[in-house]
Amino acid sequence: MDIKVRVWRQPSADEAGKMVTYGVKDISPDASFLEMLDVLNESLILEGDDPIAFDHDCREGICGACSMVIDGVAHGPEKATTTCQLHMRHFSDGDVIDVEPWRAAAFPVIKDLVVDRTAFDKIIQAGGYITAPTGTAPDAHATPVPKKDADLAFEAATCIGCGACVAACPNGSSMLFTAAKVAHLGLMPQGQPERDTRVIDMLQAQDDAGFGGCTNMGECSQVCPKGIPLHLIGRLNSDYRKALRNSN
Amino acid sequence: MSDFWTEGDPIADTAAPDGPIETRWERRQFSAKLVNPANRRKLTVIVVGTGLAGGSAAATLAEAGYHVKSYCYQDSPRRAHSIAAQGGINAAKNYRNDGDSIYRLFYDTVKGGDFRARESNVYRLASVSLNIIDQCVAQGVPFAREYGGLLDNRSFGGTQVSRTFYARGQTGQQLLLGAYQAMERQIGLGNIEMNARHEMLELIIVEGKARGIVVRDMVTGEITTEMADAVVLASGGYGNVFFLSTNAKGCNVTASWRAHRKGALFANPCYTQIHPTCIPESGTHQSKLTLMSESLRNDGRVWVPKRAEDCQKPAGDIAEEDRDYYLERIYPSFGNLVPRDIASRAAKNVCDEGRGVGPGGLGVYLDFADAIKRLGRKAVEAKYGNLFEMYARITGEDPYETPMRIYPAVHYTMGGLWVDYDLQSTIPGLFVVGEANFSDHGANRLGASALMQGLGDGYFVLPTTLGNYLAAGPFEKVSQDHEEVKAARKQVEDRIAKFLSIDGDRTVDSFHRELGHIMWEYCGMERTEEGLTKAIGLIRSLREEFWTRVKVPGTGEQLNQNLEKAGRVADFFELAELMCIDALHRRESCGGHFRAESQTPDGEALRHDDQFSYVAAWEYAAGDAGKPTLHKEQLEFEYVHPSTRSYK
Amino acid sequence: MAGTGILLVLFLFAHMIGNLKIFFGEETFDHYAHWLRTIGTPLLPDEWYLWIQRGGLTLAVVGHIYAATVLAIRARKARPVKYAHRPKVQGSYAARTMRWGGVIVLLFVIYHILDLTTLTLNPNGVHGEAYRNVAEDFAPGRWYVTLFYVVSIVAVGFHLRHGIWSAVRTLGQQTQRGERIARLSALALSLVLVVGYLSVPFAVTIGLVD
Ligand SMILES: Cc1cc2nc3c(=O)[nH]c(=O)nc-3n(C[C@H](O)[C@H](O)[C@H](O)COP(=O)(O)OP(=O)(O)OC[C@H]3O[C@@H](n4cnc5c(N)ncnc54)[C@H](O)[C@@H]3O)c2cc1C
Ligand code: HEM
Ligand code: HEM
Ligand code: SF4
Ligand code: F3S
Ligand code: FES
Repeated sequence: MDIKVRVWRQPSADEAGKMVTYGVKDISPDASFLEMLDVLNESLILEGDDPIAFDHDCREGICGACSMVIDGVAHGPEKATTTCQLHMRHFSDGDVIDVEPWRAAAFPVIKDLVVDRTAFDKIIQAGGYITAPTGTAPDAHATPVPKKDADLAFEAATCIGCGACVAACPNGSSMLFTAAKVAHLGLMPQGQPERDTRVIDMLQAQDDAGFGGCTNMGECSQVCPKGIPLHLIGRLNSDYRKALRNSN
Repeated sequence: MSDFWTEGDPIADTAAPDGPIETRWERRQFSAKLVNPANRRKLTVIVVGTGLAGGSAAATLAEAGYHVKSYCYQDSPRRAHSIAAQGGINAAKNYRNDGDSIYRLFYDTVKGGDFRARESNVYRLASVSLNIIDQCVAQGVPFAREYGGLLDNRSFGGTQVSRTFYARGQTGQQLLLGAYQAMERQIGLGNIEMNARHEMLELIIVEGKARGIVVRDMVTGEITTEMADAVVLASGGYGNVFFLSTNAKGCNVTASWRAHRKGALFANPCYTQIHPTCIPESGTHQSKLTLMSESLRNDGRVWVPKRAEDCQKPAGDIAEEDRDYYLERIYPSFGNLVPRDIASRAAKNVCDEGRGVGPGGLGVYLDFADAIKRLGRKAVEAKYGNLFEMYARITGEDPYETPMRIYPAVHYTMGGLWVDYDLQSTIPGLFVVGEANFSDHGANRLGASALMQGLGDGYFVLPTTLGNYLAAGPFEKVSQDHEEVKAARKQVEDRIAKFLSIDGDRTVDSFHRELGHIMWEYCGMERTEEGLTKAIGLIRSLREEFWTRVKVPGTGEQLNQNLEKAGRVADFFELAELMCIDALHRRESCGGHFRAESQTPDGEALRHDDQFSYVAAWEYAAGDAGKPTLHKEQLEFEYVHPSTRSYK
Repeated sequence: MAGTGILLVLFLFAHMIGNLKIFFGEETFDHYAHWLRTIGTPLLPDEWYLWIQRGGLTLAVVGHIYAATVLAIRARKARPVKYAHRPKVQGSYAARTMRWGGVIVLLFVIYHILDLTTLTLNPNGVHGEAYRNVAEDFAPGRWYVTLFYVVSIVAVGFHLRHGIWSAVRTLGQQTQRGERIARLSALALSLVLVVGYLSVPFAVTIGLVD
């Protein structure tokens, strides 16, 4: 099939960017979206143009590197799918597809479609862990975890840190990402001692990094490739209130 | 001798303790020198890589009080390739009371490695496996649990015991996030200096010791020299030399290869694990292959049409009696559950006979029709639903209706930098952990053992053995103006300048793809003397072409993904040649290395323990057609005696 | 945000119930309007309660608007560059219109107070004659006022449909089931309010109240 892509081109963080249109011919419907860009890049290089920079690594939907807003939707039109797992068969011959980077002040553009997501690491640094220095930990069976909690904790823990939630949120808020980590650790018995400080510190880090505030718009969960459920934000809010109460 | 290599002195693992195997590690721990806690702050350790091995090592060393500088090429340490591991992690916990023990895990691993691994290392790995699970649970890793709240286990990769711990199909992700979070905590405390989007491009050796690395900031292009008291490489495997593999696109051999060029021996490069259940290629645009969990073979039946002329027909139109369930036919007792190497080669054989299905005839069916009939669609959905979805998403076919198509793909590399029992390479102060070293899996890795090894190395082994090395430090400070430092830096700068100046007419990817074809064809599932010799010639001429015709756009002072690729592919060219030479010299079949000349009358792998019971550790030879030097480390088997694997 | 919002919602319910008294006739309604001014007496002097309530409401509105403004400014800062391509956001219409909807509601309240509290803009405009004031206000000839009220009340309904749900979430509602219940309740409560409020102008229009 033949398509056109309009891609955000920005040479570097402090230069202006713009949308540029390219034609891509004869692309197989079985190619992934990133493979389509690979093909385009090969021809750009040979024509002496600068190829389009984009983040990617695993190409199987788990590392969270790929990050493109396709026709206005983070990770494109397929539900619960990362950009690398999106295939051209979901588009039609003759389509003009808009491709933009995540847009958020906390995720500044580095080049073209590549953004800097260090802000997410900062949020984790602030408390997204359980302090358990390596040594002789108690036997793994010493603390049973009810299956219900374990399953929900796992569901929350599957967040791949891609940032699509931020890209989609009208407020540029990272609440879903933070909520997923707070829920994962807060549901485990091991996570209890740091539960209060964790939520307070992570929210603070989120604000400090320049993310917007959450007004429960629900866009984030719609585009999340791992389907992180929206109600985890309620869990975070509840934890936060309790933590504030306990700290007074 | 040979046209391609020379033989040097044998080498020995002098760090390994002897005596009863059960207490070797304990005795080594006790004999290791300790570093005074007050001195640790003054000692700097560089860790390249933030996967399970590097992440766990960095976190643990920082907790212990060392100053750690950490590097990865991704934008965050959390994205290291370990994140993609699906199946699970082994540990000899014997929670199932099914007869598992440290000894049994040790035994299975030595045997699974086709008697090409060191007993001491494997025994240590099996014993720390218990602590790994405890440590991960303490960090909050959400392993699968049963209704009683205790951890669930499954059997994996054809073992007779249930010793695999898992977190649905995302075990690697969950384990890595555990290590990543521990790392982030240390970063927050200032004990780890994290440098994401930084690539190591050279090793710095001063007075015979590894003292630093040259890195490129992948955003600004700035080249810096980073100094330390010791360097740890945890840079993962090199399966991407095949271009198409299940590895992440960025996986590379550069860190290891640069160390190899500076004197570190490279062991067993030809041992490559080919995984039988991957989604086949769909066209020339293909950029990587996706693994489907091995667990699918528990209920799926593998078949191809009996007659080549049926291959173009839809699967449903092929009558039961015209189907060849070849694994069940050839291996009646293990059937569809034969080990990875055997299942892979069998698939290749039927496709070579022209009986493969799908585009290009490179695929075999994995059919769930029987399982759906027997267990019901619901049960199959519950067990494999997410894998079926993934398959449907990638191929656009519905595996509930038509059988899946699978084909083998390169998955893991057992070879790597040679290390002793202390995980130290032949360069003092250079330690290598995780998939980047060669140490624990012999010629073939068992499923769910790589995660175990990465975390074992990082959380438990390295912190002790590295401490022993550092006890002699802090070493004299090395200035940035030191001759060796300047030279290493210049090497990097010259190479980058060279890439950018060639300005040819072929892209880096086109070379990589072609190199991959050569490797897959001649150094893939089946290797022959003739094929390997031919491959070496092809690689050499392609490499020459690369250095005259490659086109790398842009400059070095910016984010330049093609420049990054060019460096990696250049190193793959050199590695590819060594892989072929190693494969050529090993005139036996073992584990992930099958030499067509060495098989039993019915086509099974034939080992030659009398001649090849050794680790092949290669010394780098400079020059385009230089002959690398082979150093043999003889393997002794005191506990598990070599026997022939049989799955008939 | 949630706190002030909920206070405002509570007022809206009380106010609606009061408004519905109009169906019991002129006397009851005027009496009710009078009673409003005497709540708390003799403990408090006349109208004190009303002023306390007014003070509370004003604080709530100011607080609410302040919080909404802060959030809006942060959101703008958090996304300095807009998307070139932005399809209809996938969340509900109600969620998307919170900010503009809120402003419309505010403009309405200002007009409404000038209309029915200070009576500046009221065609009848006699203090104490609450019933007549309302009835004249929505007289068929003044259909445009009625229309404005209707539009504004629907806007209030939308604001609350998302607002009530959002407040519950902000206060920590956290299960999948609870989420469904909260969404339904928010919809039901907003509908009750919209219908309750609309019934008055409609009643006047069709002559049930005159
Ligand atoms: C699809 C898939 C599924 C798997 N499933 C399983 C499983 O179920 N069970 C199991 O036991 N094993 C499994 N494996 C194998 C296992 O995942 C890997 O062997 C293991 O995770 C390797 O870990 P590592 O820490 O050594 O390296 P990696 O996780 O690969 O990390 C390498 C690190 O090095 C960094 N790096 C590399 N080069 C450079 C450089 N030049 N400069 C700077 N940084 C660099 C990278 O940024 C990265 O941080 C699987 C592998 C694959 C591909
Ligand atoms: C200028 C006037 C107003 C503006 C700009 C405004 C704006 C907003 C905004 C942006 C929100 C979303 C915040 C969030 O979801 O957290 C909100 C929530 C809400 N608003 Fe308003 N509003 C106004 C007036 C009103 C009025 C008059 C009422 C009630 C009668 C009201 C009731 C609510 C409620 C209950 C919420 C939900 C609170 C929450 O989510 O925590 N608002 N408002
Ligand atoms: C058609 C529906 C409505 C009618 C008939 C109505 C009627 C009235 C009347 C008669 C008063 C004057 C009460 C008095 O001072 O004695 C009043 C005051 C008021 N109304 Fe309404 N109202 C309606 C809808 C609304 C809505 C939708 C809101 C808010 C969003 C609102 C907010 C107020 C406020 C804030 C006051 C001032 C209260 C005070 O003076 O303390 N009203 N309304
Ligand atoms: S919550 Fe979902 S969208 Fe957000 S970072 Fe995690 S996986 Fe990505
Ligand atoms: S879209 Fe944004 S407003 Fe909250 S619910 Fe999601 S973070
Ligand atoms: S490239 Fe890893 S998730 Fe898309």
